[in-house]
Amino acid sequence: MTLDQLPLGISARIAAVDWDMLVPEEAQRLRALGIDEGAKVKLAYRGVFLGRDPLAIEIGRMTVALRRAHARAMTVDTVPETQAA
Amino acid sequence: MSRQPCVAALVGNPNAGKSALFNALTGARQKIANYPGVTVERKAGRMLLPNGEPVELVDLPGSYGLHATTSPDEEVTRRVVMGEQHGQAQPDVLVIVLDSSNLEQHLVFAQEVLELGRPTVVALNMVDLAERDGLVLDSAALSAALGVPVIPTVAVRRRGLDDLAAAVAAARDAVAEQPVARAHVTLPERRMLAHEMAQGAILSETARHRIHARMDKVLLHPWAGPPILFALLFVVFQAVFSWATPFADGIDAAFSAIGDWVRTELPASLARDLLTDGVIAGVGAVVVFLPQILILFFFILTMEATGYMARAAFLMDRLMAGVGLSGRSFIPLLSSFACAVPGIMSTRSITDPKDRLTTILIAPLMTCSARLPVYAVIIAAFIPNRAVLPGVGLQGLVLFTLYVVGIIGAMVVALILRRSVTKGAASGFIMELPKYQLPTVKDLALGLFQRAWVFLRRAGTMIFTVTVALWLLLNFPRAEPGQDQVNASIAGHIANGLAVVVEPIGFNRDIALALIPAMAAREVAVSSLATTYAVGATDDDQQGRQLGDQLKGRWSLATALAFLAWFVFAPQCMSTIAVTRRETNGWKWPGFMLAYLFGLAYVFAGATYWIAVALGLG
Repeated sequence: MTLDQLPLGISARIAAVDWDMLVPEEAQRLRALGIDEGAKVKLAYRGVFLGRDPLAIEIGRMTVALRRAHARAMTVDTVPETQAA
Repeated sequence: MSRQPCVAALVGNPNAGKSALFNALTGARQKIANYPGVTVERKAGRMLLPNGEPVELVDLPGSYGLHATTSPDEEVTRRVVMGEQHGQAQPDVLVIVLDSSNLEQHLVFAQEVLELGRPTVVALNMVDLAERDGLVLDSAALSAALGVPVIPTVAVRRRGLDDLAAAVAAARDAVAEQPVARAHVTLPERRMLAHEMAQGAILSETARHRIHARMDKVLLHPWAGPPILFALLFVVFQAVFSWATPFADGIDAAFSAIGDWVRTELPASLARDLLTDGVIAGVGAVVVFLPQILILFFFILTMEATGYMARAAFLMDRLMAGVGLSGRSFIPLLSSFACAVPGIMSTRSITDPKDRLTTILIAPLMTCSARLPVYAVIIAAFIPNRAVLPGVGLQGLVLFTLYVVGIIGAMVVALILRRSVTKGAASGFIMELPKYQLPTVKDLALGLFQRAWVFLRRAGTMIFTVTVALWLLLNFPRAEPGQDQVNASIAGHIANGLAVVVEPIGFNRDIALALIPAMAAREVAVSSLATTYAVGATDDDQQGRQLGDQLKGRWSLATALAFLAWFVFAPQCMSTIAVTRRETNGWKWPGFMLAYLFGLAYVFAGATYWIAVALGLG
């Protein structure tokens, strides 16, 4: 499952990122924000207009907006919600 | 002590609260300029150490890393910190600003800065917000882990500022260490370490209130979010157009009064005319926009300070993506409905240079407030005041159409530009949504004052020069007795030459003449036409009405419609050109903007004219 398919409010861990799908600068920015392999994320909000783009994900105590195209490059595994991230 | 004044710099991730801390530490004693050669703002101010010694404090642009810089802002931060930035001494002390509730993230960049081995102090900022979220931190533990002093601060409540100043003084006097030679620390390793340090600094973490999460549930709601945004925008528009009117009228009256006073006090002469018609009227024409700009910026700064701006960008991103832009372009374009000058200035928040350039280039297509006087006069004169539908007047419909044509034009131009001159990878949208915060009155006031000052100084000097130049062109050479001054002047000769060019699109010589001074500002077209038709008007309202009658007698409907179409596109505003030159660092892009907008204006005015003639309206 890729990040854009993750249901709202479910915690998941990024298992792999296909960096080749991303523009280098954007890949760098995502990494700088901690959005990388191993990071625990949660899909918080979806955009409103056609295509349900962009997405807002929660990572740690941050909320980060990104496009579905970015999320599609990330494979995630859901993790049981044991404690607050 | 006869050493150089000490320089300290604030570094940190975006949204760490650096600017609020900077304002709290320096007060109103700030200098804002650009770093040489780039459009990155350099903010510097004076902060006092406990012994009264002044320190120059520089607020560096927010950055996520020193080695992988992705924007001009981050590059400046890297160069300043490394001591490579031209025109900026290497800071003696670095103050790393951390958001207390986001340590795990912010400590990644902090490690990079600490490895430089420069004298460093850490400000653990916004500890109050962290506590609101149920997070209590141990600054001593963090200090031990980082090896530098850690001072808890709350910039907006002025907490911890004295301690921070003392720590800066102590760090300055300490001997700088050698850079820590740690070979190839990878990003995952840094992140691991940041995680450990953040966990180690947490004293207690309870169930979080997360006020911002609850607010986002409403404000980013798929159904509720957009209507809330549009309602807010409606209020902003109303405010910009209606609240500003009394103030603008007051400024207008004040400048007229000054002009009248000069006219009665000084003997009639060319120099007096230059002062009244050139300088006072010209500067007044710009200053009159100050209330609108202040009101607009009040809303923009409030939306930025509260964190709502990022949500607005989020909500609008999908629509903007349709033409190759991102949500970040939305606010500059919105601002441009008031005036393109602040709109173009606010494109600085767009990280992608191609996105930013495209936004700057289409900003003048948003119908700014200076077009309204022109539209109002022509519509009142030529469009019959009747209802097309119950409650929908034809005049209002035409005005609305002009706005819509501008927006559609901007979208089409953006699409074309993104596939040609500003081609690049489809711009993405990656943006941290900061926590909601209450803005402080002081930060807002300071921001408004700075915007007002920049506007008055830059646009004012430009307009001043242009009006004086135009006045000279209209008054020299002097006419022979009995000869018309306008016809004899250089401007008159230029207008005659220009008339040949604009005749195919239905414009006459009088319009050509009005277009020249209207280069300074669009609304000048109205007063220029009035002067040309020698209407004995005493006030603006009467001038408008009488001018309308004059126009009806002299212009065909087709010419009037072509004139309206011209003003939808024509870049008739020196301030916009000047601010574009400044923001793009050269004449290339303002030149391009002039060329493409005049081209569009010519084509659309011509098409309007010929279609109207073909329909028998000529």
